[in-house]
Amino acid sequence: MGLTPAALALIGTTFVAAAVEVVEAFTIVLAMGMTRGWRAAVLGTVVAFAALAAITVVLGVALKDVVSESVLQLVIGTLLLIFGLQWLRKAVLRSAGLKALHDEVATFREGQAAARRAGREVRLGLDWFAFVVSFKGVFLEGLEVVFIVITFGLAASNSETARVENGVWVAALGAVLAAVLVLLVGTIAHRPLSSVPENTMKFAVGLLLSTFGTYWATEGLGYFSPRGESLHWPGAGGDVPWPILGVFLAWLVLARLAVVGLRRLPGVPPPVAPPADAEPAVSGA
Amino acid sequence: MRLLTAFLRFWYDFVVGDAWDIAAGIVVVLGLGALLASRQALPSEGLALAVGAGIVLVVGASLLLEARRHGRTSPLDVDAQGRSAGVAS
Repeated sequence: MGLTPAALALIGTTFVAAAVEVVEAFTIVLAMGMTRGWRAAVLGTVVAFAALAAITVVLGVALKDVVSESVLQLVIGTLLLIFGLQWLRKAVLRSAGLKALHDEVATFREGQAAARRAGREVRLGLDWFAFVVSFKGVFLEGLEVVFIVITFGLAASNSETARVENGVWVAALGAVLAAVLVLLVGTIAHRPLSSVPENTMKFAVGLLLSTFGTYWATEGLGYFSPRGESLHWPGAGGDVPWPILGVFLAWLVLARLAVVGLRRLPGVPPPVAPPADAEPAVSGA
Repeated sequence: MRLLTAFLRFWYDFVVGDAWDIAAGIVVVLGLGALLASRQALPSEGLALAVGAGIVLVVGASLLLEARRHGRTSPLDVDAQGRSAGVAS
């Protein structure tokens, strides 16, 4: 089976979105594994992945089969907007120097310190602290990816101009590939993946989520019209998705203007990336 | 009750996060869009453009508010956790 350009774009989007979140989850699991032991940390990770997969399947099927197209667009678009704008806003503030860049090494050290302070409670034969922290870390970081996979996948399945058969599964493939790659690299490196350009990736994903969120949420408002049909953007329906490109351009220009404008505020220094080559003080359990 | 509060708190943090002004603004814009759609006050294409522009304006206003907050507080005082004092993490 050949992959269409739309399917490749879908895989690429969920790959980048998932990679950002998996890097953050990996840091938490690494801190638990190296400080408290790998068995509970790995089991917590596996259980979290299983829960995320179950949510993807259940929500993906329920949303696809239960609601009409315009409602689907409204729900999907609103969810994408909320997530996308949160990502974009944070990326803009970080690029402008108004918010500290995410530092995986610092997060790793904090996780190790917390793991050392915690008492040793054993439940079901597991170090419960390491299990719960690993589970929560992977589950919470992964939940955003699940929503992105479901919304993008369903939208691609229902798209008139860029239809992707079995969109949710194709979108999930991108997320799984990212998880496998990050875990592979992280396992080989055996340290937090601090050199990953997280903010640039979040900026890109935030732009994409905001673009499609704006596009679909607006179309979905047609549900409230007397005929209940989706609204139409000017220029929609042709071979080239001009409205989507236009919305993307609007978000890109606004984001860049915001970064430039916020950087000019008095007292704002240029953003300083955390040292990518800093060796964290790791110690095996 | 505590369980319900924690559950609702989790979903509020997950969905709204620290940008409540953006979430509220989007709800207002989509609500107005729904009202205009139900009354057929604008043609479909015009309404799509108006709603899209409204969403962009909401985010622009939120970032402007952030800039004004920056002027009053001192967001560059980064604390030990790497969080900026003037900008919620």
